[in-house]
Amino acid sequence: MFRELRARIRSGHATVAWPGAPPPAPSERFRGRPEIDAGKCPDGCAACAEACPTGAIAIGAEGPRLDLGRCVFCAGCLEACPEGAIRYTRDHRLAARRREDLVIGPGAAPALATALDAELRRLFGRSLKLRQVSAGGCNGCESEVNVLSTVVWDVGRFGVQIVASPRHADGLLITGPVTTAMELALRKTYEAVPAPKIVIAAGACAISGGPFLFEREQLGGAAAVVPVDLYIPGCPPNPLTLLDGILRLLGRLEGEGRVG
Amino acid sequence: MSAPAGVAMRNGERVAEAEIPVLEVDEFHEGVAGAVEAGGRIASLFGVAGPAGDALELFAVVAGAGGSLALFRAEVRGNRYPALTHHCPQAHYFEREIAEQFGVAVEGHPGLKPVRDLAAWHDGGPEPRASRFFRVDGEEIHEVGVGPVHAGVIEPGHFRFQCHGERVLHLEIALGYQHRGVERAALGGPTPRTLIQMETVAGDTTIGHATAYAQVCEALGGVEPPARAEAIRGLGLELERIANHAGDLGALAADVAYLPAAAQLGRLRGDFLNLTAALCGSRFGRGLVRPGGVGFDLEPDLAGEMRHKLDAAARGVERALALLWATPSVKTRFEGTGVLHRLQCEELGFVGPPVRACAVARDVRRDHPRGVYASAAPPVALAHDGDVAARAAVRRLEIEHSAAFVRDRLEALPAGPLRVACPSAAPRSVAVALVEGWRGEICHVALTDEAGRFRRYKITDPSFHNWFALALAMRDGQISDFPLCNKSFNLSYCGHDL
Repeated sequence: MFRELRARIRSGHATVAWPGAPPPAPSERFRGRPEIDAGKCPDGCAACAEACPTGAIAIGAEGPRLDLGRCVFCAGCLEACPEGAIRYTRDHRLAARRREDLVIGPGAAPALATALDAELRRLFGRSLKLRQVSAGGCNGCESEVNVLSTVVWDVGRFGVQIVASPRHADGLLITGPVTTAMELALRKTYEAVPAPKIVIAAGACAISGGPFLFEREQLGGAAAVVPVDLYIPGCPPNPLTLLDGILRLLGRLEGEGRVG
Repeated sequence: MSAPAGVAMRNGERVAEAEIPVLEVDEFHEGVAGAVEAGGRIASLFGVAGPAGDALELFAVVAGAGGSLALFRAEVRGNRYPALTHHCPQAHYFEREIAEQFGVAVEGHPGLKPVRDLAAWHDGGPEPRASRFFRVDGEEIHEVGVGPVHAGVIEPGHFRFQCHGERVLHLEIALGYQHRGVERAALGGPTPRTLIQMETVAGDTTIGHATAYAQVCEALGGVEPPARAEAIRGLGLELERIANHAGDLGALAADVAYLPAAAQLGRLRGDFLNLTAALCGSRFGRGLVRPGGVGFDLEPDLAGEMRHKLDAAARGVERALALLWATPSVKTRFEGTGVLHRLQCEELGFVGPPVRACAVARDVRRDHPRGVYASAAPPVALAHDGDVAARAAVRRLEIEHSAAFVRDRLEALPAGPLRVACPSAAPRSVAVALVEGWRGEICHVALTDEAGRFRRYKITDPSFHNWFALALAMRDGQISDFPLCNKSFNLSYCGHDL
């Protein structure tokens, strides 16, 4: 017992101070929200779109448009671009409420996730129990969701908890492209959650199919089976990105800082 | 008549398809069984459909002693062939897969159950009687079904236990929920998307599978990656091993409700993932390995910073594990739980920490070294008892060895370029790559067509070998020990389902 207490005192306090304080700095090479400077794009150039392994980039009238829901943050577009028109910032805030808000164009301000309506916020704002369903996830997203429950992120302090049964849950957190083999299990799990309920699609696979979006063994993400309330991009999303999205959904984080 | 020897090759090499003799099935069986009897092990065994989808060929890669690999090939005439499993038990799961993928009758196989075809467990496959779940009958016998959706944050799979009270008579594992079509999607490649998919074959083994894929591409293209790139790949692979072992040891602690170690190791796992992120921007090593080399450099400043953080995290792990190992209630739960036997490992060809926990010295880094491991393979970590405690002990040792390996690389990286151009693949060739991932041996085999495009891409994740080992380890154990036993293996669902 004394051994454990000594170790506990020695290890100190490991939980991040964010959102009360600035978030922990991601690594220098962290690939967060991409930024497009269409002014640098030569006429008729589509090198980035051609290099993108998941077809996340389309060339529009105003320049490249990048779908964060498909992006796997591989930097293939950076390598392909002769002019440096695309770069990754270290901004971890990627989550959005609507699928179309994930498509970003040149110079546009990020459409950050908005909060649930007042009634759902009243119900879930201080206590949100989620059942996680992996439906073809590679254990990347699943691992990062697990990290939220470690002492570093401690989602319990926000009343957020991953629970063992859909019957105990207020919603689902879905990862993976939804393989055809998991469609029924996902549908049944969703039906087992008592209403009102919410759905979070975490990671490129759950949003669009991600690296597998063109394969016939999957359905192209969670929205093919259930209605989605929050999309959190990434491959996999960083724990900071995941928690940022969840807290914004609950109305506990707006803009840069903390609401309550 | 002496058994055919197969085509000799080494890890990361290619051979022209024309050089591989097409054997009759009985010669193939003799050759493979002979190589296995001589101390080899089936690293991969798979079918390849002919161009018109009619003819079926069998390919086998047997990993032998002294870094040698033997490649065998046979043609199956008609829609049936006698089972190799009959001569060589470690072929059993591969032949289940061949029967399922090609609808061929594998005659004399002891149990052609499904591998990924979930409907077949209920509807029956080619052999309906064999493909149903085992069922034990009798007074006080009960059946426990778990999954596909589990209680934890974990991938889906279905487990069926036949129990007498707490005692598990038999565990049957039905997988396939995670099937994303990885091997099919690779056909006609490589494309930029192939690499992204390989990085997510098993997302917690990104560097392991990406390295195997890169080695296949390099073998087919006829290039060697620069020494600096090889060292950085090795460093990434060992960081991946440490992070996963630390996380799993923490999860083992949590499963026996010893939370002080669980909390610390959960945090420390993240510190190791952050080291990988410092190198390549991704905690899982996405973007690090590229055919021809690596995508990121490790400058002296960064190496110094990583060294500092590695030392701190490694000290933290030592302290947490010292607590875990000094706690009698933990020992009681770990020891004698989920025992796997040495003979099972040898006969059935299991891989990774579970076999090293049975004192079987099997490790690609030593046995079939490639790149940096040719001169710097870490010692093979061994334990003897084959139980949860032994698997934990092997992982603890591997954390130490891998940390020392990473330290050495950080101190002295070879100079030179990071990447060479990887030319397009040689036509009509076969390339084999083995990598010791943190779960064990990863095997990738690629066959190219006349234009150098993949006409078959076979991935064998260590989990493909080892799910059956988990089922064996549970026999006669208590069902309440399943989470603990399962976590001591922590196998990949998507790596199996592909």
